[in-house]
Amino acid sequence: MSATNTKYIVGIFDDEEDVLHAIPHIKESGVKIHEVFTPFPVHGLDEVLGYQRSRIDIVAFLFGLTGFLSGLTMISYMLSFDWPMNIGGKSNMPFPDFIPVTFELTVLFTAFGMVITFLIISGLTPWTVPQIFDIRGTDDKFVMAIDLAHNKLSDEQIKEVLTSNGATEVNYKEFKS
Amino acid sequence: MHISSAVREPLVTGGKSYGDVTYDIVRHVEGKPTKLWFAVMGFSLVLLSLGGFSLYKTWTIGIGAWGLNKTVGWAWDITNFVWWVGIGHAGTLISAVLLLFRQKWRTAVNRAAEAMTIFAVFCAGSFILMHMGRTWLAHWALPLPNTYGSLWVNFNSPLVWDVFAISTYLSVSLVFWYIGMVPDLATIRDRATKPLTKAIYGAFSLGWTGGAKHWQRYEAVSLILAAISTPLVLSVHTIVSMDFATSVIPGWHTTIFPPYFVAGAIFSGFAMVLTLLLVTRKVYKLEHYITMTHIETMNKIVMLTGSVVGVAYITEFFMAWYSGVEYEQYCFLNRMFGPYWWAYWSMMACNVFSPQLLWFKSIRRNLVATFTLSIIVNIGMWFERFVIIVSSLHRDYIPSSWRDFSPTIYDVGDYIFTFGLFFTLFFLFAKYLPVVNMAEVKSVLKSSTDKPSHKSH
Repeated sequence: MSATNTKYIVGIFDDEEDVLHAIPHIKESGVKIHEVFTPFPVHGLDEVLGYQRSRIDIVAFLFGLTGFLSGLTMISYMLSFDWPMNIGGKSNMPFPDFIPVTFELTVLFTAFGMVITFLIISGLTPWTVPQIFDIRGTDDKFVMAIDLAHNKLSDEQIKEVLTSNGATEVNYKEFKS
Repeated sequence: MHISSAVREPLVTGGKSYGDVTYDIVRHVEGKPTKLWFAVMGFSLVLLSLGGFSLYKTWTIGIGAWGLNKTVGWAWDITNFVWWVGIGHAGTLISAVLLLFRQKWRTAVNRAAEAMTIFAVFCAGSFILMHMGRTWLAHWALPLPNTYGSLWVNFNSPLVWDVFAISTYLSVSLVFWYIGMVPDLATIRDRATKPLTKAIYGAFSLGWTGGAKHWQRYEAVSLILAAISTPLVLSVHTIVSMDFATSVIPGWHTTIFPPYFVAGAIFSGFAMVLTLLLVTRKVYKLEHYITMTHIETMNKIVMLTGSVVGVAYITEFFMAWYSGVEYEQYCFLNRMFGPYWWAYWSMMACNVFSPQLLWFKSIRRNLVATFTLSIIVNIGMWFERFVIIVSSLHRDYIPSSWRDFSPTIYDVGDYIFTFGLFFTLFFLFAKYLPVVNMAEVKSVLKSSTDKPSHKSH
């Protein structure tokens, strides 16, 4: 084992209830959890793992605001200032007519801005090589990874904590770094 | 006091485990294409090529190849456009509106419905491009700097709103669909044995691993996408209806159009979802996922929106009389008893009368009846658009301008092209992508199954 490799202990759970109940006990035993991988979103998992709420909603709002302002600015500039037209003597700044396009641009900017931000901050790209601890983590198992470099307890102690808290399997996983 | 609520029918039957869900869906992607698939795919490709030839002729001859004349300047092109874009409303409605309303039954049908939505909007878009005649100048519809002293597009025009609405709807639906599919693509990647399969699904799954932090963000993103897609869905057909409603043509110039078109869009969209899902369900043996409860629920929506559309027809008619505008009154009488009476009465029979059969539970839960009705509704909705467009145009103000419309072979051929496109894309989807959202079905599995079991494959 070379010193640069990162080594993990991987606990496999069969059920989302098991893993949800196990996490507080595992944390109490002094084991630091690297991450838990699940085949579907398990509600409450982020809370027991102590993750802060996602601030992606703020990002979405800011992109929406950008879209709204860009849309309104673009249309007003083009129709009211750059090439104003006299259409039956009506106003050159007919705001009700600007609503549809401004709305569509707000939605467009929100969706794309938010999704691209989400992909970037999560490191999700077509060329990402994923760290897969157990391939069943996207199928039917709930996979808990524990980074050995960040834990003071010995391997045996961590294994014991995992099995006593409901893990059905405990394996090692090493990634070349 | 003891309170007990009625037991809901389970969403997933057959006592499926998480592993069973993966296996039941992914096996169709992993297996070799069947003979049946090659047969239907071949048929779609024939339609696509025949239609493609017609499209080529339309481009080289110009839209004079169609049966249009000076009086009837819009006919099959816009009828087909509105028809397809209406069909393309169900998917996002199911995935966005029903997500906000916490309707868990959507999980089994949203993937296929969204795919259908996107393909239908492709078909709608191809009619927009076709009806421009000179398709290669389509970018003129966008506000791009140009050499005419920067003469911009007219933002007062609903046709420009349409450009923005349809392109936003298409791209946002595509993003919503794709993001929802990423976890399932990762499942396929992790099960793949062949290097090429692993590489392709690996690239498209963006390195997804299902970490708790990623799921947390993913759920927030889905919820916000749903929240912004809900008004988007409603806006698209509202704006399509404004193409007509903001004009001064009798029969088009009515304020009821936006809600009436949106209801019609949901109506035809759900009918098309039923048509496709009933076949997919049968061929892929998905009876445990798309249950009778799902079909019945969708039938109820068809019945409701069909009735809304019926009320809208009657309201239009009433308003024509009540307004006292003789042109409006003539237009509606002409629809019923004029040269296109058969189109009007086909529309009434298909859209207003036939969905009333769905008041009967036995019909809502009957596969053959549902399938037949879903096709009747789609025919009816095509006639609705034809009636609105052609019957309002063909009798102009001056009787010397009165002209009838009859389609040419290129009108028919271009319509066939979109069918070819739609089915080719749908069959590709059905073979190479997971037709049911596995992650979402797994998330409702325990709270809604008839027999919880945790055996794995």
